[in-house]
Amino acid sequence: MKTFEYERATSVRSALTSLGTPGTKPLAGGTNLVDLLKLGVERPDLLVDINRLDFGGIEPTDDGGLLIGAGVRNSDLAADLLVRTRFPLLAKALLSAASGQLRNMASTGGNLLQRTRCTYFMDTTKPCNKRDPGSGCPAIPGASRELGILGVSNDCIATHPGDMAVALTALGAIIHVDTLDGPTSFEIGEFYRLPGADPTRDTNLPAGALITAVEIPGLPFGAVSTYRKARDRASYAFGLVTVAAALDVEDGIVRDVRIALGGVSHKPWRASIAEESLRGKLVTARSFEAAADAELAAATPTEQNAFKVALAKRMLVGTLHELAGGHE
Amino acid sequence: MSIDAPAVLGEPIPRLEGRQKVTGEALYAYEYRADEVLYAWPVQSTIVTGRILRLHTDVVLAMTGVVEVLTHLNAPKLADGDDGELLVLQSDRVAYRGQVVALVLATSIDTAREAAAALDVDYQNDGLDVELSAEHPKLYAPEEVNAGFATDSEQGYVDAAFATAAFTTDEVYTTPALFNNPMEPHATLAAFDGERLDVRDSSQGTSSVQQTLSTMFGLDPANVRVRSEHVGGGFGSKGSPRPNVILAVMAARVTGRPVKIAYTRQMMFALAGYRTPTISHVRLAANADGRLTAISHQSYTQTSTIQEFAEQVAEPSRHLYAAPNRLMTHRLAALDVPTPRWMRAPGEAPGVYALESAMDDLATVSGIDPVELRIANEPDVDPESGTAFSSRNLVGCLRRGAELFGWAERDPRLGIRRDGRFLVGTGVAAGMYPAMTSASGARVRALPGGRYELGVNATDIGQGARTVMAQIAADALGVPVSAISVDLADSTLPKGPVAGGSSGTASWGWAVTKACERLRSELAAGAPVPPEGYEVEVETSVDVDAMAPLARFAFGAHFVEARVDLDSGEVTMPRMLGVFAAGRILNARTARSQFLGGMTMGLSMALHERGELDAVLGDYANHDLATYHVAANADVRDLRVEWLEEEDRQLAPMGGKGIGEIGIVGTAAAVASAVRHATGVKVRDLPIQPDRLIGQLPPRFL
Ligand SMILES: Cc1cc2nc3c(=O)[nH]c(=O)nc-3n(C[C@H](O)[C@H](O)[C@H](O)COP(=O)(O)OP(=O)(O)OC[C@H]3O[C@@H](n4cnc5c(N)ncnc54)[C@H](O)[C@@H]3O)c2cc1C
Repeated sequence: MKTFEYERATSVRSALTSLGTPGTKPLAGGTNLVDLLKLGVERPDLLVDINRLDFGGIEPTDDGGLLIGAGVRNSDLAADLLVRTRFPLLAKALLSAASGQLRNMASTGGNLLQRTRCTYFMDTTKPCNKRDPGSGCPAIPGASRELGILGVSNDCIATHPGDMAVALTALGAIIHVDTLDGPTSFEIGEFYRLPGADPTRDTNLPAGALITAVEIPGLPFGAVSTYRKARDRASYAFGLVTVAAALDVEDGIVRDVRIALGGVSHKPWRASIAEESLRGKLVTARSFEAAADAELAAATPTEQNAFKVALAKRMLVGTLHELAGGHE
Repeated sequence: MSIDAPAVLGEPIPRLEGRQKVTGEALYAYEYRADEVLYAWPVQSTIVTGRILRLHTDVVLAMTGVVEVLTHLNAPKLADGDDGELLVLQSDRVAYRGQVVALVLATSIDTAREAAAALDVDYQNDGLDVELSAEHPKLYAPEEVNAGFATDSEQGYVDAAFATAAFTTDEVYTTPALFNNPMEPHATLAAFDGERLDVRDSSQGTSSVQQTLSTMFGLDPANVRVRSEHVGGGFGSKGSPRPNVILAVMAARVTGRPVKIAYTRQMMFALAGYRTPTISHVRLAANADGRLTAISHQSYTQTSTIQEFAEQVAEPSRHLYAAPNRLMTHRLAALDVPTPRWMRAPGEAPGVYALESAMDDLATVSGIDPVELRIANEPDVDPESGTAFSSRNLVGCLRRGAELFGWAERDPRLGIRRDGRFLVGTGVAAGMYPAMTSASGARVRALPGGRYELGVNATDIGQGARTVMAQIAADALGVPVSAISVDLADSTLPKGPVAGGSSGTASWGWAVTKACERLRSELAAGAPVPPEGYEVEVETSVDVDAMAPLARFAFGAHFVEARVDLDSGEVTMPRMLGVFAAGRILNARTARSQFLGGMTMGLSMALHERGELDAVLGDYANHDLATYHVAANADVRDLRVEWLEEEDRQLAPMGGKGIGEIGIVGTAAAVASAVRHATGVKVRDLPIQPDRLIGQLPPRFL
């Protein structure tokens, strides 16, 4: 393992100052970063421990939303009463992830920035455009079963592996960020990137910046929401395909809907085509299926992950059916 | 001698070292300390086949803390130890991706790891051939298969039987590469003191490690001591020496310093052995009442180019059911892959999966209840040898299981039970595993004051050997377990076989019984024990050789319920029941955990485990436990084990058949059967993951 320095930040400002030097990384729960250090995937010179910084807790906002500090642990966020009542999809997404021990350590900020679980990215003896630009993507002709089907590029088919961000994407969360030049923020759909020709960057977070908080705008029908995760074992596995959805139905007609898919793309995938296709439609299995087909028409799977198209469709249709009050 | 204490064999006494283990006091191989120790880190090939052209060791040797880099250019020459995998650093040839091409030795583990990563190697890349198929041009018939079984066997006319059968099945069943992955990865600490070599190794048998080291390094066996006091699991992967122990000893020899090595989880997928992918073509023919008229099981597996290992996949099909016409064959392809090796129930686990899945297919085409179909095919004698069984209680297991599980209420129709978005079904399969015994030594010493020191070269790999050996000795001596101290897993003890083939307890235990009985007869009751103690040592070759020529097997029946999510194709198991007949159960607690562990591993095999071959880069891409999945608690709710009382006097004197492997045998077939009953979809390629089902499930909305 490469030797590195460690320092404990005393303020956001001091952390940002340290992060101004290239080769510096913030350390939150460490559940992803430390693994990647051991594997030699991340090789920082300096770790800035931000665990003692106060990014705030979980606060209700005036519009019925929530403001969540970057240091809030996944376990605490999942257990929060406001989260569970206003946005059950978020609590469910969090609880579907990792294990109890990991969730106790994992922070809101670190969770958003967890790296892909593509096995090629995590194995430094193999090429990977994300880790080693220009070296190639062996996943495309190789073991691609778990990888992306939407928004992929010829250079990378990695997925964002997380669950929380999928729920936050359905909710259109705002990521608040601080930099040496002052604070800024991103709508979550603008925060995550598609791989394109530069898969090295997962997000548009500026170099040396810190995530300070996540804001969820109010969503009146947020309470009618859920999160489903299809995976290779019943717990402690990343999703093959996941669905975060909230549904607003009046008189058997879809008034509004929010859908995001996980496990299918380099970013949590807001299913805007499906959403658009559903608004104003009758609540029937047929409209759900048509919406799923419309969203997935753009999928470009490999032979190994072609099943994800059918899986995503069934998952999406089943989840909407459940939210519409159908028999589970 | 003391007054007879109440018998303890069979009692669920807790593991004697349990407290030491949970408090961290028990030391595993890597945890021993040694002065001036060096840390070894293997460098693994990044090509599949070819030659090493140049190793840029100068850069690495210049790093602070790096003491030595061993390569094929400077490593000591080794004698052949009968396993090509152990001939490490002996040539410039690379035979698979992940093979060891250099060993870095440094004063700290992090330096060793960093230096190993920094070693650049230039290769000549000669391509790869890593994908097994039943049509692979390199398939050949090995001389024999694992454990000395015949490659091919044939009786009657299989094809003719098919022409006249009432019911037939003809299908291919496959299992992927599976990786043992015990909790404790392979590790060694080796130190020389002059010509004396002292080794702590995570191994299932120190005698075989000692023998191999003596041979390969040209050492006097009397100077080689190997100990494995605590071992965090093996599942067969530590059943013979692995490259780790050879590398550590080699490095200790070259540097004159103690050397430690431990595999990372990732290394386990190339350097520890694994279960070959298997392809089984099984054809069954039966008459109208379900009696089999033909059984044909043709199997295809892989080995490496440096060592032959032929898994005996079709061997169990020679014993489970009888038929007048039978064909069992094994074909093997030597590919550019790491050498497969033993993994829990080699042969039986994939072989019985295939045969029992075929029986399930036959039950479906014939409409005969799958329990009754199996009972109808119960043989009178071992179909292969024609000899009697020492005891055979498969029917008892099936009947008891059916009763406990409520099988009688089962509606045989496929794909009709819905519970919300779930389809529900039940399945059954049989299992069997040979009850083997081999010769072992043991010694026991009586001490004044009523204490006894037992020395037996058993290995406790978590199965509870230490505890059961103490129980056996306690009963044989007529004293409480607390009067006995157990010394094991040390090659200086009388020679003992490996903890493998579910035969350890029977083999070591026989020697323990014999030693204790001899001690008891030599030390007359009430006679004082001399101050230095009184010791006897025995060996059981003559006893084992005198066993009657009978067929000895443990049997089991699995009954399981599966729930399949119509939206996702995910399968979970609300209920799994295993009923076993394995002779006398010697410790109800440790036995239960063996059965449960075997069934859990069988569940993993059914639903989760799969080495994902990258046919371009030539290795298994998912080489850690976050991506190579094994079952988690949430995959099964009610996991239940029962065993039948079975008295079999044709076994070792304790009357047990060995239980380490029987639990995994048949589980996967039962799960596949339940999934078919639930969904109507029969999966014949394990594991049954969402991608196998999703395209074939019935519509969610009717
Ligand atoms: C075995 C295993 C299984 C898992 N399963 C799942 C799963 O099923 N679903 C799932 O969603 N996740 C899963 N995870 C991932 C887990 O959720 C993440 O590791 C965790 O959320 C990361 O949070 P952390 O605080 O530990 O981040 P760290 O590891 O500390 O950091 C992660 C990254 O974020 C950066 N960072 C951290 N905080 C900030 C900040 N405030 N501002 C800027 N940068 C920051 C770090 O520099 C680092 O690059 C699993 C992890 C493991 C090890």
